[in-house]
Amino acid sequence: MAEKQKLSRETMAFRVAKEFEDGMVVNLGIGIPTLCANYPSPDKEILYQTENGALNFGPNATPEEADLDLVNAGGQMVTPKPGMALFAHDESFAMIRGGHIDMCVLGVMQVSDKGDLANWLLPERGIGSIGGAMDLAVGAKKLIVVTEHTTKDGKPKIVRKCSYELTAQECVDMIVTDLAVIEVTDKGLVLKEVAPGWTAEEIQELTEPKLIVAPDLKEIELM
Amino acid sequence: MAINKVVDSFDEAVKDFFDGATVLLGGFGTPGGCPSYLMEALGRHGAKDLTIVCNNVGFGKELMQVVAMFTKAPDWWYDGGQLADNRQVKKAIAAFPVLASPLLVSPFEKQLRASEVEIDIVPQGTLAERIRAAKAGIGAFYCPVGPGTIVEKGKEIKVIDGRKHVLEYPIKADFGLIRAYKADRLGNLIYRGTSRTFNATMAGAAKVTIAEVDEVVELGDLDPESVVTPALYVDRVAVRPEAGRTEIIQKISKEEQLQK
Repeated sequence: MAEKQKLSRETMAFRVAKEFEDGMVVNLGIGIPTLCANYPSPDKEILYQTENGALNFGPNATPEEADLDLVNAGGQMVTPKPGMALFAHDESFAMIRGGHIDMCVLGVMQVSDKGDLANWLLPERGIGSIGGAMDLAVGAKKLIVVTEHTTKDGKPKIVRKCSYELTAQECVDMIVTDLAVIEVTDKGLVLKEVAPGWTAEEIQELTEPKLIVAPDLKEIELM
Repeated sequence: MAINKVVDSFDEAVKDFFDGATVLLGGFGTPGGCPSYLMEALGRHGAKDLTIVCNNVGFGKELMQVVAMFTKAPDWWYDGGQLADNRQVKKAIAAFPVLASPLLVSPFEKQLRASEVEIDIVPQGTLAERIRAAKAGIGAFYCPVGPGTIVEKGKEIKVIDGRKHVLEYPIKADFGLIRAYKADRLGNLIYRGTSRTFNATMAGAAKVTIAEVDEVVELGDLDPESVVTPALYVDRVAVRPEAGRTEIIQKISKEEQLQK
């Protein structure tokens, strides 16, 4: 049996990027989602959209390339790319709300078995920033969320009902964690893949709602 | 008489601000795209009890240094956090009122915790569309973002095509402060890169729109095919001093890199 391991942030991003298909328009949230841009295979042409007003921008800028007037949604400086388009915020969210974004990847505080997402307000802080998360969660054709499977103190992040303030209801299609790949379906959460060395039972113990184990359950491919 | 919207100084550009005004602030939380010189002039003006409408309320002077990437934060960078520091802000309508990291507590968050200021938190796209609605003369609109969340509180809900929507109203403002790249004397504007952001959305949405630019060019120098904000949306244009112009910023940034 393979040695039990948890996926690193980079490996989670690598797994998410396998979902990107040639020709897709993809919006990446802040944190692990941003890392996903490093991994799609080079034979796929992906157009990245950033809600602050660019489509088809290039990789992060080196210090020599830094330009204050070209940043992504996380405020990181990025590079121009042939075929890039620039636009204002109202146009950007017409793209997002209007269903023109094929896939969006966001971070998670809690996600429910119905696909409800909470990712903007930590109760102990009392105030948070919604940013563009609500619009993206509602508007993207497919929403993948990526997160560690549990909180730092071991509590499930995949829950029956979110106790945190919601970002949007019934919006998540797929959950990628450091332990598993789970699909949100009408019947409930379907466990599709597990991290090397982990069993479905072990994943269930760390997950609040009942998981449906896919008949073709397999290990997450790390290459 | 020839139209000339260019004013002599940033102080002149904001001279008619008043206590209790509602002001749109362009930008996206980074120095690029931030109407820093206009906001600094508003700081000097001293108008209080402002309602600021913006994506990010901002860092304030102290925290700007913490977050500056690659190089130090530009000396000219000025954001809503500094207006909060000056005690000029009564309320913010924003998508990003506090900083992403709970470890970084901005001046506005401190005042919020002390119940000294108010917040109306709005999803980013809804914020943009409420501003656009004010510009476009829309009475209100049904928006699919917000049902089942804190955003729907106190709002009319309507099911359209089987999907819940919340009724959202335009944000009407007295002034809009925006950052553009170049203007002509009529007020036509072009922007640079992602600094278009909320700036172009806000242009024309307030009773008075004031643009801060690198340069005012001759009529005809802006390609009409490329003008982003047509002149009629803009009331005043003020020109940045050399230190805040893109060419100089890029040059300084390159020199700093070479020194490292």
